Parts: sequence; C-alpha cells; structure tokens
Amino acid sequence: MISVLYVSIYIALLAAFTGYEVITRVPVILHTPLMSGSNFIHGIVLVGAMIALGLAQTPLEQAIGFIAVVMGALNVTGGYAVTERILQMFEKGKSKKGN
Amino acid sequence: MFPDIYDPVYVVTIIFFIVGLHRMSHPRTARSGIMWAGGAMAIAVLVTFFYPGMHNLTLIVVGIAIGGSIGWIAAKRVAMTDMPQMVAIYNGMGGGAAGAIAAVELLTSASNGAYSALAVAGAAIGGISISGSVIAFLKLQGWMRQKPITYPGQQPVNIIVLLATIAFGVLVLFPGIAGFNTLLLFFIFAIGYGILMTLPIGGADMPVVISLYNALTGLAVAMDGFSLQNYAMVVAGTLVGAAGSLLTLLMAKAMNRSIGNVLFSAFGAKEEENANITGSMKPVQPEDAAVMLAYANSVIIAPGYGMAVAQAQQKVKELVDLLESKDIPVKFAIHPVAGRMPGHMNVLLAEAGVSYDHLFDRDEINADFPNTDVVLVIGANDVVNPAARREGSALAGMPILDVDKAKNVIVFKRGQGRGFSGIENELFYADNTKMLYGDAKDSVSKIIQELKKL
Repeated sequence: MISVLYVSIYIALLAAFTGYEVITRVPVILHTPLMSGSNFIHGIVLVGAMIALGLAQTPLEQAIGFIAVVMGALNVTGGYAVTERILQMFEKGKSKKGN
Repeated sequence: MFPDIYDPVYVVTIIFFIVGLHRMSHPRTARSGIMWAGGAMAIAVLVTFFYPGMHNLTLIVVGIAIGGSIGWIAAKRVAMTDMPQMVAIYNGMGGGAAGAIAAVELLTSASNGAYSALAVAGAAIGGISISGSVIAFLKLQGWMRQKPITYPGQQPVNIIVLLATIAFGVLVLFPGIAGFNTLLLFFIFAIGYGILMTLPIGGADMPVVISLYNALTGLAVAMDGFSLQNYAMVVAGTLVGAAGSLLTLLMAKAMNRSIGNVLFSAFGAKEEENANITGSMKPVQPEDAAVMLAYANSVIIAPGYGMAVAQAQQKVKELVDLLESKDIPVKFAIHPVAGRMPGHMNVLLAEAGVSYDHLFDRDEINADFPNTDVVLVIGANDVVNPAARREGSALAGMPILDVDKAKNVIVFKRGQGRGFSGIENELFYADNTKMLYGDAKDSVSKIIQELKKL
C-alpha cells in the first residue's frame, strides 16, 4: 500500500497546478478581489482549529486551540465580507454602465 | 467507528472552492464565485462538529462567535480605501491560526516523524505570516513609519534569526529536547523573523508583501492539513499557496523587480546621490486647468492612491461625464500597481460608477500619450516618475505610465512632498507639467464649476 503521506503529496501537487491554472486567466482588474478571495479560502484553517480545540486535553492546549478558533473565524468572516464588498463595487459599476 | 460523513462533505467543499475561484476570475461571474466559496466554507465548518472524538464544543462555538462577529463587523465598517490593510490583517489571523494549530499538534502527539516535521514547517510559516502581516497592516494603516526601517547589520541579524528558527524547529522534533520551552523559543524566533523581514520593506511594496504572506498562509494551512491528515486543508491551502505565489510574481513583475529585490533591498530608503533635476515646479490655478481641458481634443486621467485618499473618485467621474458631454474623449490610464494592490484603482473607480471601457492598462495606453493634449495626474506619483527610465535611479526599470510625453500634464497634489517610495519626482519639474496644489476633491470640483461656465 502506498503511504497516506505520499497520497497527500500527490494531491497537493495537483492542487498546486489547479491554483496556478485558475489564476493565470484572471484579468488584472480582478487581482485585488482574487487576493481577498484566496485569503478567504485559506480560512479553511478554521476547520483545523476546530479539530485542534475539539481534541485538546490540557488547559494549555485548550487555550491555544481557542485562540486558533478565534483567529480562524476572523479570517473566514473578515475575508468573506471584504471580498463581497469589493465585488459588490464591480456589480454597481456595471449596472450604471447599462443605464 | 463513527460514520465518516465529513470526508464526502470536504470533497464537495473543495469542488465548490475551485468553482468559486474559477468564477472569481471573470468580472461577470466574480460575485457568484465568492458565494460558492462561502457556501462551501459554511458546510465544511458545520460538518467538522461531527468529527470523531470532538469535545469542547461550547468553547468552539464561543470562539467562532467572537472571531466571526469581530471579523464581520470590522470588514463591513472599514472604508474602501483601507481594504488592503484589512486583507493583510485577516491573512495574518489565518497565519496565526495555522501556527496555533501546529502548536497544539506538537504538544499533544509524541514526535511522529514526517507528520511532526510538517507541523513544524506549518508553525514556522504561520508564525512568520502573522507577524509579517501585522507589520504590513501597521504600515498601511499609518500606525507605523511607512518608509523602510533599516539599521546597520540588519541582514546578518535577519539571517541569524532565521537560522535560529530553523534550529529550534529541528530541536522540537527530538523527544529528549522537545518540550514547552523549546517550542516557545521556536515560536518567538519565527514570529520575530516575520517582524524583522517586514521592517525594511517600504509602504509602496506592501501589495507584493501582502500577496506573499497570503501565499505563505496558504502553505502553512496545507502543512497543518498534512499533519492533521485533513485533505480539505491540504487542497485549499495548496490552492492558495500556488495562486498566491503566482499573483506575487505577477505583481513584482508589474514593477519590474524580483521578489528578492522587493524583500531585501530596503527600496526607497536611500537617496539617489546625483539626481540633478532641472527646471522648477510651476503652479496652475483650477480656472486655467479648466480652460486647458475645454479646448483639449483628448484627455487621459492617471489616478493614484492619492485620489482615493481625497475621496475624489465621485468628482472625477462627474468631470469625465462633463467632458464627454462636450465631445472630449476621456480615458483612464491604470498602472498595475496604482493604489495599494493590483486592480485597486479599478475597484475604486468602479465604485464611483466609471465603466470598464474607460479603463486602460499601462501597455494598452502608453502609445497614446504623445497624441494626448492634457493628462491629469490625480494622486499618482511613483508610477509616473520618468526617473524610472534612467539607470542609477532607485526606481530604475520600473515600467511607468509615459505621461510626460503628453503635450500638457496637470498634476493634482496636496503639497510639495514626495511619493510613497520617498523619491523625488522629475515629472513635476518638466516644462510641460503644471502643478495644481490642494485637495484633489476640491480642485476637481472647482474645475467642474469653471468648465460649466465656459
């Protein structure tokens, strides 16, 4: 059997290629929202933070895990709200153009 | 054994993330892209409550409530012009979370070969990312000096701290030496390195740096994913790591600089010794500027961050409408790094209602400048500095907007200060350049009033 570690590395390689491909086609005007959007996507760290806190045993681990959850949640909601606001501007600009 | 429902959901999450990123790459579908990603995030978070062996559930909910509400409210309240530093700080939070997860991992499990090594890597990158992002935030927010902060022996000190981080990272992996104190020192060095490496980077380079830290956080998340064996984190983190790295390269390329140059050269700290600028700055009044515009056959506007600071976008849009009603064509020349992030100007102009077809990239518009009667430079500085064409200038090689080749240039400027990079702008002294001092918003308003009278 191939080890889990190597399977993960293969997965990561394909994911890296996907990330590269997706962004090469992005026009310059979308770089800011895209940076913000990818900032939101690494908010998936919240899932890891939840697991770390969920499995924590000692008070020290709980404290660090709790900080991780708070920071991860900040990353998620803040990243989403910022991206949403930036993209909203594009929508507005477009509708005015139509008028 | 608990039924494995989270992995199937994570697979769906990843598909949604990729679709979301893809949709974000086209203006028409961009907004739906973030909603796809947002939906995916919500289900991923929900299903994680069903991860086997989870306890401390109340703490988790409280943590999400606290972090989530602060993040949401702050992001909704902040002004559009402050978005770059918001991205920086939220990115830092992600890096911090990644570092903390790795810390818990290293505390709970006994050393576990490759998995622990990956956790150490995640911890180091996360630690560098949070402190670096916080410094970037402080600089952009103006709470810290924006110019590069340098001191003698800076490079050796940075290298020593980096080596210490690596050394302690290795020590953490040895069961005999590993312990809370070793781990703590390891984190102190990693966080310290993030601070030290960001201090010598000037405000003008912050977009590149934020993008770099964004990619680093993605990598840290992927490393944590490896060590937790959570594939949603591996894939999402790697996606961001790759996309963020490419974005960083594109941004550095737009300034014709290498990443190494951005990170290590303390750009803008030194004065060019032999910059012999001839000529003088010639002020112009709004009335005269209005006349120049009224009789122009073509106008190009080169906006910069200063326009956003003065909140002049709306007035600029009004001016464009007025000129177009007089059959004077107006274009916007957008330098890739105008503003504080790539595309930042486009966002701000879109907010003011300027349509896409008015906006042109540097490459698209540079050939038009020699045939243009009037160029309005509103709050831009370094990106229009002709010094960039001359060897020896600190800006040398940076692609610029060739506004100095136009017949007339009017520069809107608050005072006689220098640009973000701290370098004197030779454009201001050119014979065809006139300086319109004062608040950009007021100046544009006055020009509009005068134009209406003509």
